[in-house]
Amino acid sequence: MTSFRRGSLTLQPSLARNRWNLLLTLTAGLFTALAVLPLIVVIAYVLFKGGSLITLQLLTELPPPPGLDGGGIGNAILGTLIVTLVAALIAVPVGVGAGVYLAEFASAGWFARFVRFGTNVLAGVPSIICGVFVYGLIVSTRLFFNQSYSALAGGIALAVLMLPTVIKTTDEALKLVPQELRWGAMGVGASRFVTISRVTLPAAFSSIATGVVLAVARAAGETAPLIFTALFSPFWPEGLFNPIASMSVLIYNFAIMPYEAQIALAWASSFVLVVMILLANLLARWLGRFSST
Amino acid sequence: MSPSSPSACFTLENVSISYGTNVAVRGVYMQIPRGRVTAFIGPSGCGKSTVLRSLNRMNDLIEGCSLKGRVLFDNQDLYSREVDPVEVRRRIGMVFQKPNPFPKSIYENIAFGARINGFRGDLDELVERSLRKAALWDETKDKLKVSGYSLSGGQQQRLCIARAIAIEPEVILMDEPCSALDPISTLKIEEMMHELKKSYTIVIVTHNMQQAVRVSDMTGFFNVTANPDSDGKVGCLEEFAETEMIFNSPQQKATQDYVTGRFG
Repeated sequence: MTSFRRGSLTLQPSLARNRWNLLLTLTAGLFTALAVLPLIVVIAYVLFKGGSLITLQLLTELPPPPGLDGGGIGNAILGTLIVTLVAALIAVPVGVGAGVYLAEFASAGWFARFVRFGTNVLAGVPSIICGVFVYGLIVSTRLFFNQSYSALAGGIALAVLMLPTVIKTTDEALKLVPQELRWGAMGVGASRFVTISRVTLPAAFSSIATGVVLAVARAAGETAPLIFTALFSPFWPEGLFNPIASMSVLIYNFAIMPYEAQIALAWASSFVLVVMILLANLLARWLGRFSST
Repeated sequence: MSPSSPSACFTLENVSISYGTNVAVRGVYMQIPRGRVTAFIGPSGCGKSTVLRSLNRMNDLIEGCSLKGRVLFDNQDLYSREVDPVEVRRRIGMVFQKPNPFPKSIYENIAFGARINGFRGDLDELVERSLRKAALWDETKDKLKVSGYSLSGGQQQRLCIARAIAIEPEVILMDEPCSALDPISTLKIEEMMHELKKSYTIVIVTHNMQQAVRVSDMTGFFNVTANPDSDGKVGCLEEFAETEMIFNSPQQKATQDYVTGRFG
């Protein structure tokens, strides 16, 4: 005899535990669906509103003056690419360098703890604050060649936004590299520099690249830091030291204009931006696949 | 026992190693002979791996690890200020407990060490020679461009040994090189060690006493004892002699108990 009631082995859906199980599974499924719903709706809506406007002319021409039809967002696409590239050129070396320092040289000291904490705080700083900060530091002081708004200032603002992501992913990726690999390299007489540059960093490459691509994708879509720094321009980019157009600021400016043509361009721009960010995310996933091999 | 005895490769003088404030092993005196295989045996936590790693300054890579006493290699203090640990590790190679090939091709795994050490010569030939010495050539000669990770555990460990001997060190340290391997791979590595000891000094840590008997000429038995200064345990070298002596007529009772399996 046991002290428990033994039931039949057949599944009985009417039992309270089985009903609860079903109910909670459905609830969890429903909330999951709700969580991805915004993504699907946003992409579908932007596809619907902007997708039909995509033509070669749109991708290659300048926006029309207010009141006229036609034109394109070529300068904004180019501008976004330039500003994001500037940001990446600043944030990737600094961020990867900081990540290497944290993971390889100072993993436990007070300074490393302080930097890690600071990185987390920086990740939480609202992007508009980054914009105002760079405005105060570079734009209003006319730091570069007595120019105020410039593509370079925009790139710096985006770089500040990208930094925490790049530092954190590098730090985490390097910490995941097995210690034995470092010992192995040291064991055949590699110096610290050779160990890091030839063994540890390549082993963590795909994770770091994934983080960098995600950071770039995030920065490419930012508006607030660019409003105060890169401003906008209805013309083609004129070097790094002049105001430059970008897709996010174009959307911000054009979506509220009382002209049909400009509103259509804002939709088209949204579409191009979403597709670019989507592609960057796919690229990141593709890069991430190499980490297992 | 003068420190300048011609056959001594390593001379340890009153070596104590601590992790932070915790003393792992203390008071080790030993002379490891050149051109022979020396085995370290003992229960877990007795500090044998710690002592092994001190022989090529691998302990430098472990945070908070400090060493007192002197470790002489060719009568030169390895821990003196003017010694470059990178140079030490080029002359004293190491094979680790877990096979740790680089995430590179088999060829590159071996060529890496040679390249960073400024090897001038025929790299292909060096790779082949190293793989032959490690008894891995026949299995890998057709797939040198394949990732080292694609090999089995035993093959990976032999690849790591090939990597270690490719830079032509004077000494090879092995930290339980067979503990993660099956008996057949273990046997292959032991056979290889018999070949290797013709040209290298080998120091091996092992938990397998039969292995110590099979491969080594000298054996050091490390033991753990209660630390008189604190609640912790501390390792020490109990006995160091010819392998035959250790296993057939040990001088210490603890050694006798350990090698006959009556330990604890």
